[in-house]
Amino acid sequence: MTRILGWLAAAGLAAGLVMAFAVAPREATQGNVQRIMYVHVPAVLVAYLAFGVVFVGSIAYLWKRAEAADRVARACAEVGLLFLGVSIATGSIWGKPTWGTWWTWDARITSVTIVFVIFLGYLLLRGMTEDPERGARYAAVLGILGALNIPLVHQSVNWWRTLHQPASMLKAGGITMPASILVPVLVNVAAFALLCAYFVVKRVRLLEAEREALA
Amino acid sequence: MSYARRALVVAWKDLLVERRSKETLNALLFFSLLLLFVFQLALGPDRERLASVLPGLLWIGFILSGLLALGRTFLLEREHDCWEGLLLAPGDKSAIYLGKLAGNLVVMVAVEALVLALFVLFFNIDITGALPGLALVIGLGTIGLAAVGTLFAAMTAHLRARELLFPVLFLPMEVPVLLGTVQATEALFLGEPLSAVSHWLQLLLAADVIYLTAGILTFDFILEG
Repeated sequence: MTRILGWLAAAGLAAGLVMAFAVAPREATQGNVQRIMYVHVPAVLVAYLAFGVVFVGSIAYLWKRAEAADRVARACAEVGLLFLGVSIATGSIWGKPTWGTWWTWDARITSVTIVFVIFLGYLLLRGMTEDPERGARYAAVLGILGALNIPLVHQSVNWWRTLHQPASMLKAGGITMPASILVPVLVNVAAFALLCAYFVVKRVRLLEAEREALA
Repeated sequence: MSYARRALVVAWKDLLVERRSKETLNALLFFSLLLLFVFQLALGPDRERLASVLPGLLWIGFILSGLLALGRTFLLEREHDCWEGLLLAPGDKSAIYLGKLAGNLVVMVAVEALVLALFVLFFNIDITGALPGLALVIGLGTIGLAAVGTLFAAMTAHLRARELLFPVLFLPMEVPVLLGTVQATEALFLGEPLSAVSHWLQLLLAADVIYLTAGILTFDFILEG
C-alpha cells in the first residue's frame, strides 16, 4: 500500500516536471524563472493542508486519546514544515531575479514565514518535553492554537502591508491564469499531495516502530 | 463554590501574595524604566525619528515586560510544591486558568499604565485626546497577550528549558496582536478617531475570543500532570 503510494507520487512528480518544463509555455515577461512557481505554489498549498491535518489530529488526540491521531499530527507537522520551507526557499530564489532581492517583507512571505516559525515551535516543544505522553498533550494544544492562529496572522499581515504599499506583484499575476499554466500547476499540486501523503505514512510507521522499540 | 468564585479565589491568592512580596511588580517597573533608557540610548536623541517609532517601542515595552510577568505565572506553585494543591481544586480546571489570567491582567495593566506615563514624560508626547481609545487598544491587546501567555506558562512550567521555550512559543503566536495594537496605537497617536482603526479593533477582539476559548477548552489537558 505504502509502496503504491510512493510510486504514484514518483509518477506524479515526473508528470509534473514534464508539464512544468515542456508543456507549460515560457512566461512572456519573467522568462523561465516563472517555472519555479510549479514547485512554489504546490508546496505551500500542501503544507497548509498538512497543518489542517495537524489541527484535526490534535483535537482527535485530546478528545479520544488515540495515540494514532497524535502520530499523524506529529508527522504532518514535520512534513508540512518541510514543504513550507521548500516554498519559502523557492520563493526567495524566484524573488532575486524578479524583484531584485532575496527577501522582502511582502504580505504573503511574511505571514507564511510566521506560520513556519509557529510550527517550528511545535517541533521544538516536542523535542524538549521528555515524557512522550505529556509532549503529545502539550503539542496538541499548541497545534490547535497554531492552526487557529493562521487566519489571524494572514489577515493582520495583509492589512499591515497593504496599508503601506499597493497590491503586491504576487497578486497581480495570480488572478487570471491561462489553462496552459493552470493545468501544470494542478498536476504538480496533485503530485505534491501524493508525496506529502507518502512522507506522512512513512513517518507514522517510523513513529510506531520507535514506540515499539522503546516499550 | 461557584465557577466564578473559584476563579476569583485563584486570582485573589496570587494578587495577595504579590501585594505582600511585591516581587514581580517592583522588578517589572524597574525593568520597564531600564527599557526606556535602552530605547533612548539605542536610537539616539533625534526627536523625529523617535516620534515615528514610538507606537512600536511602546508595544515592545509591553510585550517584553509581559513576557517576564507571564513566564512567572506558575512559579509560585512550582517552587513551593503547590502544584498538587492547584490540581486538587474541585470542579472545572478552566476556572484556575481564568483566575491566573485575571491575576496576570491586573499586574500587566499596572505595569503598562506606568510605562505609558513614563513614555509621556520622557518622550514628551501629548496623548490626552487619545487616552480613551488607547485604553481600549491596550485592554484588548493585553487580554490577547495574557490569554496565550497564561496557557503557555502552564505548558512550559515543568520543562527544563522553560525560560527559552516560553518566549519562542509565545512571540510568533502574538504577531496578530502586536500588529493590531501597534497600528491602532500609531493612528491614535496621530490624532485619528477610533473609527479609523475599527478593523484592527475587530481583529484584536477576534484574537481575544479565539485565544480565550482555546485556553479555556484546552487548559484541563495541560494541567493533568
